[in-house]
Amino acid sequence: MNFVVPDFYPAAAEIFVAVMALVIMLASTFARSIARTLAYYATQFTLIAAAFVTIYTMQGEPVYTFSNLFISDLMGSFLKLMIYFSTAIALLYGRAYLADRKIDKPEYYLLALLMTLGMMVMVTANHMLPMYIGLEMMSLALYTMVAFDRDSARSTEAAMKYFVLGALASGLLLYGMSMIYGATGSLEFSAIAQAVYNQAANQTVLMFGLVFLVAGICFKLGVVPFHMWVPDVYQGAPTAVTLMISTAPKLAAFAMAVRLLIWALFDIAEEWQGMLMLVAVASIVLGNLAAIAQQNIKRMLAYSGISHMGFMLLGLLSGVVDGDRHFALNAYSSAMFYAVSYVIMSLASFGMLILLSRAGFDAENIDDFKGLNKRSPWFALMMLFVMFSMAGIPFFIGFFAKLSVLQAVVAAGYFWLAVVAVLMSVAGAFYYLRVVKVMYFDAPDDEAPIHAPAEVRVMLSANGIAIAALGLAPQMLMSLCAYALLGSL
Amino acid sequence: MTDIPLLSLAIWVPIFGGLLVLATGSDRNAPLARMLAFAVAVAGFVVTIPLYLGFDTTTSAMQFVEIASWVPRFNINYHLGVDGLSVLFVILNAFITITVVLAGWKVIEDKVAQYMAAFLIMSGLMNGIFSALDGVLFYVFFEASLIPMYLIIGVWGGPNRVYAAIKFFLYTLLGSLLMLVVLLYLFMQSGGSFSILDWHQLPLPIEPQILIFLAFLIAFGVKVPMWPVHTWLPDAHVEAPTGGSVVLAAIALKLGAYGFLRFSLPIVPDAAHELSWLVIALSLIAVVYIGFVALVQADMKKLVAYSSISHMGFVTLGFFIFNPLGIEGAIVQMISHGFVSAAMFLCIGVLYDRVHSRQIADYGGVVHTMPKFAAFFMLFAMANSGLPATSGFVGEFMVVLGAVQYNFWIGFIAATTLILGAAYSLWMYKRVVFGKVANKHVAELEDINAREFAFLGILAACVLAMGLYPYPFTEVMHASVNELLRHVAVSKL
Repeated sequence: MNFVVPDFYPAAAEIFVAVMALVIMLASTFARSIARTLAYYATQFTLIAAAFVTIYTMQGEPVYTFSNLFISDLMGSFLKLMIYFSTAIALLYGRAYLADRKIDKPEYYLLALLMTLGMMVMVTANHMLPMYIGLEMMSLALYTMVAFDRDSARSTEAAMKYFVLGALASGLLLYGMSMIYGATGSLEFSAIAQAVYNQAANQTVLMFGLVFLVAGICFKLGVVPFHMWVPDVYQGAPTAVTLMISTAPKLAAFAMAVRLLIWALFDIAEEWQGMLMLVAVASIVLGNLAAIAQQNIKRMLAYSGISHMGFMLLGLLSGVVDGDRHFALNAYSSAMFYAVSYVIMSLASFGMLILLSRAGFDAENIDDFKGLNKRSPWFALMMLFVMFSMAGIPFFIGFFAKLSVLQAVVAAGYFWLAVVAVLMSVAGAFYYLRVVKVMYFDAPDDEAPIHAPAEVRVMLSANGIAIAALGLAPQMLMSLCAYALLGSL
Repeated sequence: MTDIPLLSLAIWVPIFGGLLVLATGSDRNAPLARMLAFAVAVAGFVVTIPLYLGFDTTTSAMQFVEIASWVPRFNINYHLGVDGLSVLFVILNAFITITVVLAGWKVIEDKVAQYMAAFLIMSGLMNGIFSALDGVLFYVFFEASLIPMYLIIGVWGGPNRVYAAIKFFLYTLLGSLLMLVVLLYLFMQSGGSFSILDWHQLPLPIEPQILIFLAFLIAFGVKVPMWPVHTWLPDAHVEAPTGGSVVLAAIALKLGAYGFLRFSLPIVPDAAHELSWLVIALSLIAVVYIGFVALVQADMKKLVAYSSISHMGFVTLGFFIFNPLGIEGAIVQMISHGFVSAAMFLCIGVLYDRVHSRQIADYGGVVHTMPKFAAFFMLFAMANSGLPATSGFVGEFMVVLGAVQYNFWIGFIAATTLILGAAYSLWMYKRVVFGKVANKHVAELEDINAREFAFLGILAACVLAMGLYPYPFTEVMHASVNELLRHVAVSKL
């Protein structure tokens, strides 16, 4: 048998994170007394170092390795950097929260790192198998993290729900993959694309496979009708974990959509665009309307997340019109910009919940924000930025995210879609305004001063200011998204 | 002089000044916040004076133009400029900001820094709306100005303020988001340009023109507000603090009307001609029906709010009869209404600060205890009803003349405002000011102090000056109005 040693260099970041995960596991077993601190700092160090490794090994042209199972390209690298970044911030926000609840075990950080590794594998997969393995690695780590507060019945229930539904979705995805394999005879994305292009694939089987793939992707994005888990899990999980679920995994799911749908199945784009259109409209409508009825802010943000992901899909589905692929790059980069913007906003919104929580008290109702302007004008202003940004009001990043996606939709000629989206944005504005209302117009119920570690305050302020600053100067992030995709399409 | 970015200063001096005021923090520093806010408001006004002095009245081209790339990915530019249609509003806005700061001087004791900052930032954003020549830049300022107004109504407003604030926000947002879709459509049709001036030259078939016109009509009609989407305005006015009402009536309502001039008429002229009957009908309903509604109000602020809607109906009427008298009259009416409605709300504010009631029934015989105030109030009530020699007369007279040229009966119906306006303004004035002293609250009233005298006096001077010698105002807009009409007369099909 002829064994060729693969080129490890393009996968240096993944290997580094995997090795560090094992090192942290062992180290925290042997150094029990300082295990918590050690695990936290080692994890943060790993994420930062991995960013440097990724930047250092980044190449302009796509590089394949491990018999074409793995690809290193600009889109992957960019998304990986965003994933490290958001995971690191999520860990920073969550640390004191977990310590207050006595669940800041070293295993938590280890799981976060494994989740990161799973997402890295997802965004760099060039083949169905690593895609699936990465997805499972991420999901299993997340299921465990949701249940991390094991004495809380609500967390356990949420984890159970998440696990059962997630396993079902994985099953659907796997089934879809097997059908695609049956239709095209390959699991590698470029080979699938080739087979579809040559019309060598059995169309019926291919379409069946596509439906299951789309279902799997939609589950991971948390969009209607695969959204059932989202509000329950967001509410049940400890806020620090909700923060994790609502940020980086969305980017990984976006990468999965790009790799599976755009890379492998671009030639039947108009088929999956039709499916995504239904899903997107349903998500925007249901997400925004259901969010209005929520009293629990975690549930409200969950529904708002559903509608945001629906909005992001609007970008993905505007790429090809009547066989014209002219708009594809513009549309996909606007979707990517939307996803990245959402992650930045979501970090800040759940970060605010963590800021208001303290030992024995979880801020999770909208009323917990009452009179925040009296208690802390600065953080009320930050939350105001986040809320108006999510509502898509300028000068905040959320406005430009909406603008670029709507521009793609209008360019594709779907005016009615744009009109539905903006009408629902008005409904959406209502519940964001309500949060601003309780912060500014109501008197506080809870006069307790806000106490949070300095690093959380600084980071949250930076996060809020970034939302405003990127809204004033969005060009850089937009171009980065376009440039990263350009190298990959 | 052209080297100084005057328009940018007009926008950013109040905004950064507002942030500075915000930084003074808690109410312990309230005197500092007040002084600083006043200084910023005056500075913001001073930088707009060269706009008038340096304005070239012979051309309809954009002046004081500034252009810089903002978001090259979508070809969005930071493109500013004013012409005869917009320059007066920038100056008016900066001027009104000073009176607003003065009006809130003593009355606002809670979160002073935030109050002043909200008004200053709002003022800068509105200058941005009037001077933006890029569609997205316009939109950004248009939407962003909702945030401070939402907070102003909601934080310092009356008992039902939450309802009013949210209603105000959602109504306006609905209109402006539809406008966003139109802006994106125009961006695509023009081959990737967000420049409003490019859109003026863009040929469009009639069906899209009609749809675009309707979207603009909703967007700007809500803001004006036109009947039947006016219902947010009385709520917002009644609940807003005095300063908020002043800014709403004097400036914010003009944004919608200005949008018609800058967007609807020049971009979709054929649809504007086609659907002018609709706008004229809605305007006449506003003038007459809302005039009657104003007549029966028991709350002074509500009365003036309805009178604003009625007056703004005059403005939209003037735009859509397509003659120079109509459009110039409408713009004069907008400026005049800026002074008069601001003054009316300030007068009501003066009474409210003392008695804490806006009900007409709670007053009577104010002239016995506040003679100076009664004199000012008289002048403004007269101006509100369009008495000759006040600014209110000039605009209304021009629009009525224009309307009669266009169609006698439209002019006839529009002219009923002169009767209705006099009826509701003067009847309210009579009930509040004349008669016997109604109760002990009125008996204990103190006349206006120097600060109140100052801002009412300045506004009174403006109202009279504009009524007696409107030429400096109309001179500025001549060239631009003629160019607009010439442009609108040419079909774009």
